[in-house]
Amino acid sequence: MPEIIKRKKALSVSPLKASCTVGAALAFLGFRRTIPMLHGSQGCTAFGKIFFVRHFREPIPLQTTAIDQVSAIMGTQDFVVEGLKTICEKNSPDMIGVPTTGLVETQGADVGMAVRVFRQTYPQFDHIPVIPVSTPDYRGSMESGYADATRAIIEALVPKADEAGTQPGRRRRQVNVIAGSHLTPGDLEHLKDLIEGFGLRPVVIPDISDSLDGHLPETDFSPLTIGGALVSEMATLGDALATLVVGASMKGAADALKARTGIPDYRFDHLMGLDAVDGLIATLADIAAVPVPPKIERQRAQLQDAMLDCHFMLGMSRIAIAADPDLLVGMSQMLAGVGAETVAAVSPSNAPSLQNVACEQVKIGDLEDLEIAARAAKAEVLITNSHGVHTAERLGIPLLRAGFPQYDRLGGFQRTWIGYQGTKAALFDLANILLTLEKGEIHPYRSKLKQWPAKERTGDVKHAA
Amino acid sequence: MKQKDISALLDEPACAHNSKGKSGCAKPKPGATAGGCAFDGAQIALLPIGDVAHIVHGSIACAGNSWDNRGTRSTGPTLYKIGMTTDLTEQDVIMGRGEKRLFHSIKQAIDSYAPAAVFVYNTCVPALTGDDVEAVCREAEKRWGTPVVPVDAAGFYGTKNLGNRIAGESMVKYVCGGREPDPVPEGIERDGFKVHDICLVGEYNIAGELWRVMPLFDELGLRVLCTLSGDARFREAQTMHRSEVNMMVCSKAMVNVARKLKDAFGTPWFEGSFYGVQDVSQALRDFARIIDDSDLTARTEALIAREEARIDAALEPWRQRLQGRKVLLYTGGVKSWSVISALQDLGMTVVATGTRKSTEEDKARIRELMGEDAVMLDEGNPRTLIDIVRKNDVDILIAGGRNMYTALKARIPFLDINQEREFGYAGYDGMLELAKQLCLTAESPIWEAVRRPAPWAQAVAPQHEAPPIAAAETADAEPVAVEASHA
Repeated sequence: MPEIIKRKKALSVSPLKASCTVGAALAFLGFRRTIPMLHGSQGCTAFGKIFFVRHFREPIPLQTTAIDQVSAIMGTQDFVVEGLKTICEKNSPDMIGVPTTGLVETQGADVGMAVRVFRQTYPQFDHIPVIPVSTPDYRGSMESGYADATRAIIEALVPKADEAGTQPGRRRRQVNVIAGSHLTPGDLEHLKDLIEGFGLRPVVIPDISDSLDGHLPETDFSPLTIGGALVSEMATLGDALATLVVGASMKGAADALKARTGIPDYRFDHLMGLDAVDGLIATLADIAAVPVPPKIERQRAQLQDAMLDCHFMLGMSRIAIAADPDLLVGMSQMLAGVGAETVAAVSPSNAPSLQNVACEQVKIGDLEDLEIAARAAKAEVLITNSHGVHTAERLGIPLLRAGFPQYDRLGGFQRTWIGYQGTKAALFDLANILLTLEKGEIHPYRSKLKQWPAKERTGDVKHAA
Repeated sequence: MKQKDISALLDEPACAHNSKGKSGCAKPKPGATAGGCAFDGAQIALLPIGDVAHIVHGSIACAGNSWDNRGTRSTGPTLYKIGMTTDLTEQDVIMGRGEKRLFHSIKQAIDSYAPAAVFVYNTCVPALTGDDVEAVCREAEKRWGTPVVPVDAAGFYGTKNLGNRIAGESMVKYVCGGREPDPVPEGIERDGFKVHDICLVGEYNIAGELWRVMPLFDELGLRVLCTLSGDARFREAQTMHRSEVNMMVCSKAMVNVARKLKDAFGTPWFEGSFYGVQDVSQALRDFARIIDDSDLTARTEALIAREEARIDAALEPWRQRLQGRKVLLYTGGVKSWSVISALQDLGMTVVATGTRKSTEEDKARIRELMGEDAVMLDEGNPRTLIDIVRKNDVDILIAGGRNMYTALKARIPFLDINQEREFGYAGYDGMLELAKQLCLTAESPIWEAVRRPAPWAQAVAPQHEAPPIAAAETADAEPVAVEASHA
């Protein structure tokens, strides 16, 4: 169990944290024909939008209540009502999310009240769910905001079993998946494949693999999300056979779903590394009551072979990681499974799951903290988001990009990290990076007695080749 | 090359195998042979000479499949890393244009790369069609003014081991004695510090490990006129005849070089190794003993005392982690004892060792180290190795790279000690690297992970048997994989 070192310094330098507001927005972006409207000043949305556009390289539907100087003092309720009305009139979405920001939470805005006023004033839009979620950016991080929004969506849209008459197992092949924010579109796609491999039908909540996977749609422009989980399907979650929960951060959302539906759930902190994936596959075999498909057995054997091939490079390698808690836990455990050591670990915010990070110490902090810890621990490779480029440069070590945001690489947003296959690819990449370090390399020794050819005598070796 | 010359090379009076029925140079057996050919051996032996253009005269397989795959390193020139071949075509063979192509190839190499010399390796096809490589080399040298050395080592002449000797023969015949050594650089010699000249034969600077030893020689005032052939230059090889003492490093392969230099120039030689603390010290002492300079002897003893104390302290934490672990060593045999003592020094138990190419003398030393009932393996096919690992609860298999994937498939921790490896284990500090690499693989958590059956193997789908640990696939894995000649 690692020691958690809380933030002590005043200034955050090279921040690692993305706000919980954008986290909540991301959860809404995992639903079809949806738009998040951030309740704050327009900058809150503009920055969030750029953050996602650069990461996913996609147009991102995101609106704002555009709080101004007057409303910031006099009250923002009218802005929420007006914003909701405008979006409903113009786009008729399937759902509107209203994550709050530090601004309106500080001001003391009552978003619930504002939504009630909207309902009273415009009953013609009653069929459009509006889901406020409290996500002041002075609390938590992207991961917690995403989790809170998912929970709010479940509480708003999944009816209680005794009221709606849903019954666990009525849909004998449906498996709900509550997917944490550390999962990429590629991860979710692979997870769905694995589940379908057992003859089961996954319903992923939220499903950014259907909306932000970077596909070219038929329609030329949409002000709303072009894919994702169906809002209409939320009512069926109570009839599913089982629920899989991926990411410790999704505990609250999972508890809410279980309380409302009574569906048995299976919780996984992450799906990286042999052990974690074994757990998932065994569970799926159990739920589906069918043998593990040969294709998946094969993928497992491939991962084992990759572990053998890679352990020479990965063993005793020294890795520094900065990431949100779930990703940090998954990454560090996967590395520990192949004998690599996480010698520096930084998380932008605290979470109970940090107890499961496979290392000695986790610092709650920023990339400067990571840089200091990585230097002190003589880390050999850095794993973090694209902001780590400069950190890695100063440390003089290579960077493997993971997490949010990844704006200087194509395809990083959809890379598959999970499953036997994702783990295998991650191990290969990391081993290749370690090979470039030429560890154990013996530096050329120039004997002063050697009979050097004339052109080599200066020490500045120039030769025809 | 004439049959008579080949027989002469195979008859090596300095080789302990010579008097025995079984010889490292025995004929390969069709259908049950692995390891390289004479060309392979010759190329390996000379390729590390860095400022030479190494031209392989033949069709593409010889060079095309083997260039740039050695772990040998150089302080400067990288010319040896560039693969060069005449890449003979069907037309060349039919029309007899091989010699002409070779002649132009030599010119091209000289024009493009200005090498210190050109080495031409003959291979099977031109040897069959009867190209007179020696004549072409002579002509080319005369025409372009750069030394051109023929190395007549067609694959069908014999094994890799023979190839090593052919290479050595070419060096003695065409290169040694080509010039006198440079004067010793000024400001180094002084009263009580005389520089002595030595040569290392059969040291290839794999992964740069020679650089762990060179500082010791510099400190002692031993000038290495030439290593044959790690990090060597052509001009160094030309001065080998002036060496005061030659060391055969961990290999019998080029023993003909040491013997011929003794016959021709009276240079004494000894066998030694740079693997393991004891052996490094022993090699240094042997130099001092043969050179017999009391100042050198005093310096040597002081250096040994200092280095042994330093490395002993540095190895202590590693010893604790490796204590009692069991090793199966399969090096192909030459100087297994040298590695055995290194492993024992780390507190490990060597349960068996390969002796395919060991002499009786080697075996006696092995018994001395491992006890009378030491398990010695003459045959190292993968099945045998795996069986011994299972039977003796071996923790780690140490062998050549070709056995690596056999071991990994059988889920056995493995350490590569052959030519292609990426780590240098020579010298005092090499022991630290060895200990680290042993711990790295032996302590890795992956072994448990790859041996454990899938969780659903029993619980959900009993029809899926857990993969047996000694997986059947290893039985028919690659054929006997044994490194010949340079272990």
